[in-house]
Amino acid sequence: MQYAILCYHDEKVTCAWSKEHDEAVMAKLGAVIKKLADKGKLGPVARLLPTTAATTLRKDREPPIVIDGPFAETKEQLLGFYIVDCANLDEALTIAKELGAANPGGAHEIRPVGQFWAGKAAS
Amino acid sequence: VTDAGWMASVLTAARPQAVAALLRQFRALDMAEEAFQEACLRALRTWPKHGPPRDAAAWLIMVGKNAAIDGVRRQGKLEPLPSAEQLFDRADTEAVAVERIDDADYRDDILRLLFICCHPELPATQQIALALRIVSGLSVKQIARAFLVSEAAMEQRITRAKARVSAADVPFEAPGAVERSERAAAVIAMIYLLFNEGYTTDVAARGAKSALCEEAIRLGRLLLQLFPTEPEIMALAALMMLQHARAPARFDAEGQTILLDDQDRSLWNRTMIAEGLALVDKALRHSRPGPYQVQAAIAALHARATRPEDTDWAQIDLLYATLERMQPSPVVTLNRAIAVAKVRGPDEALALIEPLGAKLANYFYFHGARGALLKQLGRVDEARVAFDRAIALANTPAEAAHIRQQLDRLDAAPAAGLLIGSRKIV
Repeated sequence: MQYAILCYHDEKVTCAWSKEHDEAVMAKLGAVIKKLADKGKLGPVARLLPTTAATTLRKDREPPIVIDGPFAETKEQLLGFYIVDCANLDEALTIAKELGAANPGGAHEIRPVGQFWAGKAAS
Repeated sequence: VTDAGWMASVLTAARPQAVAALLRQFRALDMAEEAFQEACLRALRTWPKHGPPRDAAAWLIMVGKNAAIDGVRRQGKLEPLPSAEQLFDRADTEAVAVERIDDADYRDDILRLLFICCHPELPATQQIALALRIVSGLSVKQIARAFLVSEAAMEQRITRAKARVSAADVPFEAPGAVERSERAAAVIAMIYLLFNEGYTTDVAARGAKSALCEEAIRLGRLLLQLFPTEPEIMALAALMMLQHARAPARFDAEGQTILLDDQDRSLWNRTMIAEGLALVDKALRHSRPGPYQVQAAIAALHARATRPEDTDWAQIDLLYATLERMQPSPVVTLNRAIAVAKVRGPDEALALIEPLGAKLANYFYFHGARGALLKQLGRVDEARVAFDRAIALANTPAEAAHIRQQLDRLDAAPAAGLLIGSRKIV
């Protein structure tokens, strides 16, 4: 079963990371990611740019309107995601904990994937 | 999970908001700063034990406020206030929650704090120093190093700036729409000044200097969070990111300037470019053009070109012409001349800048660019005179070295390339 691990963190904090701290976190995450990839458990992974770069299309009206910024103003923002292939929730949680240990702070939402298209653009 | 690096970034991230709220409370920069320092000390003591609070800024504001009031009360022998430890109890956490000010207040708090730092009565260098000290929380030592002055001199500069600010009258009421936009404009100018301070200077100081660029980008992001729909603020952030993305390619191992055309573009920071381009797109969608948007659009065209020859110079020429209309300045015209040289040749470019001679007589880049154009036209003797003048006016050893190189090559085959081509408009 595929799970999306959605990463939430306060982007004020992640944007305040020094270059060294950022590189250290990415190196630690890289090691976990490599392990998962070697086991064939890893799908697409993305780190998103800050929400200041986001644009939202409100399509609950006609015509839809375009708004600057993220969909929801929250204290913690969606900053990235992993798609992992796991036997069950326990395994997904174990992976999320490993990723969390490499990158503390914030939260991971573990969300089962319903349908998935790999697409071709992301390579 | 509270390692030192993580704690430091949480405190840094919370700083502008916390200091700004404490400033509104106490209406004195020194007192707000001291209260924040005290709150940070308590955070360093208690967070590792209890884990970080959910809203770090609210916690720091509450604890800082209590600490400061506590200090005042102690002198008056009054009841003590709850300690930082107690704030982790449920009831007090709720008290912290009550302290949360809504977003509009946060925005005006931080804007006021930024605005105080770039108060019109302060000279530019004091504005930047004060913002770095108060908003970014850099130490006096760090700031002194970035400005290449002694710590004592910087300390004095900041103290003087603070005294000037406290003597000046800054209203603490929520600003009206007009005043808010005036404040934002002053802050934009200060942030870009800070960026330029980091961008333009000596290679020897590059490490410390590039910290200034990063701080400027961080302040730009902060301002953008406060005004998420302002195209000029999007453009300011984009402009700084697109320029700073080139930093790893701008100097060679010996510290010599590498021209835009000669830079190894694979060294450019692609993530930063992506963010800059996204912000330019967002800004232009508003159809409310402004000078920062035009400059960001020019930087975007450079960033989009995978090879120098892919650069859309014709479009850059048009954009500079637009900027000339918005903000007429000989420096803008000088920059436009670079695009003109690429599109229509050095003849026309030279004709465009010759009339600027009087206004830019003491401007390094003018003589550097003029020399390069003359060189392209094979007017070697005149080029030599222009280059000599440029060396005399060089702001940094790297600039002087670059021109000297041009001089050395004068007798060899004429090579294209203008120092100013790698520069943004000042």
